[in-house]
Amino acid sequence: MRNLTIIRSLAWLALWGGGMALLSGCGQPNGSGTAAGGALRSRAAEKVYVAPGEKDEFYAFMSGGFSGQVSVHGLPSGRLFKIIPVFSVDAEKGYGFNEETKAMLNTSHGFIPWDDSHHPELSQTNGETDGRWLFINANNTPRIARIDLSTFETVEIVEIPNSGGNHSSPFTTENTEYVVAGTRFGVPYPQQDVPISSYAEKFKGMLTYVKVDPETGHMDIAFQILLPAFDYDLAHSGKGKSHGWTFFTSYNTEQKYSLLEVAASQRDKDFIAAVNWKKAEEYLAQGKYHEVPARYAVNRYSDETHMATSTIKEKVKVLIPEECPGLVYFLPTPKSPHGVDVDPTGEYIIGNGKLSADLTVHSFTKMMQAIQNESFETVIEGIPVLKYEDVVAGVVKEAGLGPLHTEFDDRGYGYTSFFISSEVVKWKVGTWEVVDRAPTFYSIGHLMIPGGDTRKPQGKYLVALNKITKDRYLPTGPELCHAAQLYDISGDKMELLLDFPTLGEPHYAQGISADRIIPRQKKFFKLEENAHPYSAKGEKETRVERKGDEVHVYMTTIRSHFAPDNIEGIKVGDKVYFHVTNLEQDWDVPHGFAIMGANNAELLVMPGQTETLLWEPKAEGVYPFYCTDFCSALHQEMQGYVRVSPRNADVALKWWLGEEEPVQ
Amino acid sequence: MKQQLSLFLVLGIASVWFLTACQSDKGDERAAATAPTVRMKGQSAVIDPDSKPNILQIALNSPDHTTLVEAVKAAQLEDVLTNAGPLTVFAPTNEAFAQLPQGTLEELLKPENKQTLARIIKFHAAPGKFSEQMLRDGMDLFMASGHYVKVEKKPDGTYVHGAKILSTVEASNGLIHVVDKVMLPPELQ
Repeated sequence: MRNLTIIRSLAWLALWGGGMALLSGCGQPNGSGTAAGGALRSRAAEKVYVAPGEKDEFYAFMSGGFSGQVSVHGLPSGRLFKIIPVFSVDAEKGYGFNEETKAMLNTSHGFIPWDDSHHPELSQTNGETDGRWLFINANNTPRIARIDLSTFETVEIVEIPNSGGNHSSPFTTENTEYVVAGTRFGVPYPQQDVPISSYAEKFKGMLTYVKVDPETGHMDIAFQILLPAFDYDLAHSGKGKSHGWTFFTSYNTEQKYSLLEVAASQRDKDFIAAVNWKKAEEYLAQGKYHEVPARYAVNRYSDETHMATSTIKEKVKVLIPEECPGLVYFLPTPKSPHGVDVDPTGEYIIGNGKLSADLTVHSFTKMMQAIQNESFETVIEGIPVLKYEDVVAGVVKEAGLGPLHTEFDDRGYGYTSFFISSEVVKWKVGTWEVVDRAPTFYSIGHLMIPGGDTRKPQGKYLVALNKITKDRYLPTGPELCHAAQLYDISGDKMELLLDFPTLGEPHYAQGISADRIIPRQKKFFKLEENAHPYSAKGEKETRVERKGDEVHVYMTTIRSHFAPDNIEGIKVGDKVYFHVTNLEQDWDVPHGFAIMGANNAELLVMPGQTETLLWEPKAEGVYPFYCTDFCSALHQEMQGYVRVSPRNADVALKWWLGEEEPVQ
Repeated sequence: MKQQLSLFLVLGIASVWFLTACQSDKGDERAAATAPTVRMKGQSAVIDPDSKPNILQIALNSPDHTTLVEAVKAAQLEDVLTNAGPLTVFAPTNEAFAQLPQGTLEELLKPENKQTLARIIKFHAAPGKFSEQMLRDGMDLFMASGHYVKVEKKPDGTYVHGAKILSTVEASNGLIHVVDKVMLPPELQ
């Protein structure tokens, strides 16, 4: 009996032990744990793990902020694929250094090697991202750039005149009819030498519509609209029922010009400017515009000539609201609204009042009704101000502190970033109730859902773009990287999966499923289509020509040599132009070109492309050049020499490759 | 007593089963998380119908080189012939392979002879891009197998290790000289 008791005890122990093993060894928590929980972490890791050989599901295009560039990441992995040079020179790719791309950075102020890029915006067809182009604004010297997503290269930059601080830009209309550019600073109109204190009388705020050719993508300014000198902060165009309108937020309707942090926050409400651009097209057709002098550059890169050209234009068409009834209305919106976002149906216009705890939602239907009823609170410079009560559809109450931006999913929810309370808040469109919130730990600026500002969001992930992310990563001196955080938003609750460092300051980002980009990829440029005036389409066409003190080297590259690779007869003081054509017709086989003492950068020549490096040797000697991009097993053999003789030397110009007779 | 013992046994076995089942489940999970999703594919698996074809792609599309392709696949050298190179490949035709003593090819294609076959194929590939013009009489050409082979210029053409160059095809990653003989390294002759 005693034995029996022992056996029974052992049996219970065994059972208990097995049961515990089950619970602790391989049991899963029931999902109520915190994000810090080990099991949840491993589940998050699985969701962002893209195995070797697999590809990410989405592209994310992030602005580089003060780097002036765009970075391309994959989602959900967060991996960085490319940095596309846009507004800043890039020695790595020779952008802004080689002779072909200098014109891309030309402006009415001359060549500008830097800017501050803020808002990437994908082109759309029928309100959906179509994967053709990416637009982005330059904030400092106002410009809009277009990147071709078949080559991931900047192909066009248009300057915006009568503007200062191109912040509310380049948000597109739903068929990419236009990209817009609202000025963040009031500036004298026309630009002139006046006392700053004449702000209220002399300064204006211009909204610009840039037409985009539906076939070529070529941009040019269609018209500008002259508004009071408020600070136009952000914008989004209508969609669906509100297609044909654009909404611009404004702050500093107080029209102050010093200590704005106090002076520009006095009024309870500023305005969202609602612009009827279809009406603008009617007024243009009727000739109701003023053609005014305005210098601005239109810079275009050609994939045929592999060259950019810069054209300075001298005039723009300006519409004045007082002369164009029905063109612009003001919607009173509380607390210095920052982002303005339109829900996928086009009915709701969200004003993110950055000093508020609430979100203001206007109704497009109510706005149209109020316009029809001519129910105006007042009129400012010919612009009717609608009554707040007439247009407001609802308020997302006490959602957080400092709302900045809202994006949408495809299930009827809005997601708003709150800078001060550092969180993303999910709310129901229509009922305005808050349904979930997720801390971002650091101050979030923009957020992004692929397609989240279009008619058809691809609402699987949300990316929070955070600033001042102290102590998030290994420290790197006084300046730390900014961070992107990836959330899974496919369920009821947002789930933080990953965070990763970003380039510069990613103000805004846009995302798109990879299947919309991959089929457009260009693998190389066809040599037979190369229309560069200095190309050499085969080694037989290579040569060196002297024109006074200019020397033009028609050079080619192919694995693994330059032709020619020996040049003599160059003299101190010559301007030597190396026109390098890459003869490869094979995906991902660029060749580089660098020569000792060059005061600019390298060339990185894509297959089938021609690029030109200017070299001005300052002292006699024999100088090496070489390929900078590991191109083949014999890459290290891909090199050559240029002999530089004194100015008055009698050394004949000659060049060769291999042991063949020098060409003369 | 007997009943209690059997209960003990059942419970004991059950708990052991729980433990081991649990462990093997975890093992499976780990395997599931890595093995099936990791797809190892090399350069030769890249689908690119647009670029200028590489040596492998040219060989694959040549009706005169089906035996060579079969041998390259058996030796698993597809990625080497796709690599950036540059390589100069001396490519024996099907007819050249047919000249080998009866049974030689079949023997080489056996899995256990993979390394020998690979050495023979590498004996047909020179690192670098050597046009026929660059091949001078009497020069020693270094092959990927580690051997040097002799180049001979005869009135009727260029010979490499006794094999005559019949024609040349330019590839994105090098050159193919079509030859009339299979070249065998000295130690295998």
